[in-house]
Amino acid sequence: MSWRDKAAGEIDDPVLAGALENFKASVDAWSEFAYSQPRTAIWTARHTWRLAATWALGCMLAAGSLADGLYERHHREELARIAAMKAAEQKVALERRAAEQPAAAKIVTKRQPTAVKRAANENEDLLATVDSDVSRQVPAAMEPLAQMMVDNGTN
Amino acid sequence: MQTSTKVMAAGTAVKPMTVEAAEEIAAQDFASIVESHRPQIFRFLLASLRDVDLAETLTQECFLKAHRNWNSFRGDSSAMTWLMRIAINLQKDHWRNRRLQFWRHTQANAIGVDEASDWLPNGERSAEQQIVAREQVAQVWKAVDGLSARQRTVFLLRYVEDRELSEIAKATGLSEGTVKAHLSRALSRVRAELRGIR
Repeated sequence: MSWRDKAAGEIDDPVLAGALENFKASVDAWSEFAYSQPRTAIWTARHTWRLAATWALGCMLAAGSLADGLYERHHREELARIAAMKAAEQKVALERRAAEQPAAAKIVTKRQPTAVKRAANENEDLLATVDSDVSRQVPAAMEPLAQMMVDNGTN
Repeated sequence: MQTSTKVMAAGTAVKPMTVEAAEEIAAQDFASIVESHRPQIFRFLLASLRDVDLAETLTQECFLKAHRNWNSFRGDSSAMTWLMRIAINLQKDHWRNRRLQFWRHTQANAIGVDEASDWLPNGERSAEQQIVAREQVAQVWKAVDGLSARQRTVFLLRYVEDRELSEIAKATGLSEGTVKAHLSRALSRVRAELRGIR
């Protein structure tokens, strides 16, 4: 049974039957042309390109991650080294200070009596100076009173 | 060397056949199947997908799968129906995978309806008839585009591949009644498109 006969059994519309016949002829022509064309190379090339691009991107990401990891590790090591150096310096400074403190304490204890005496003398001298200065700088209005005090003192 | 002997009903042994010889015959059978059915499988996939590269790839996959399972082919249906069933399943798998790959455009390489309708055999037609035929083909493509996957498969098997309803039923795993129903809906859609009704 031909296609036309089959279609005639199912399709009573001649326009529809004709359109379906044209459709089939069109698909046949396209398929025959496409089937006769060699396209393995195109397919391979396209997929190879995609594969290469995927690999390149993957390698770039992997290299980036690795470099980032290495940099991070190096950075941490550097920070740790600096921190260790600072700690060592602080330790040395503390030890040095601890070594210096007893000697200074001894000197202070040896010199303490003379220093206290000297400080007391200095204070007394300073007060005497201030007292005499104040007494000299008495305002003019108070001069008779001051004179009286001097007179009483002498008397 | 392994040998297999065919024994007739009466018990008389006939010419023994080696396993290698049996495999060679099977390979020749398969090669002739590929030669005779490959263009039809390709045409069906091309019409379904409108993508030449994809149709070619799926055709290759179809015959690869058929070759792997050639020994299990019992011959319950014709080789063509069996191959068509494999092709339909491959197509389904392809669309399922494409749906999962949501970042890709589903019909990246498929050509448009207008481009597909450019293909017409020259024949003995006037220029006017050629134009009318092209318009009709474009309208049918447009209608096919709007069909569901199952309707499209049934429609193409019937009106492009000239398959009988029973063969379509076997290839698609549907009953003949369901095939008829799908065909009827598909034809209504095509008819409506030809009349310019949406």
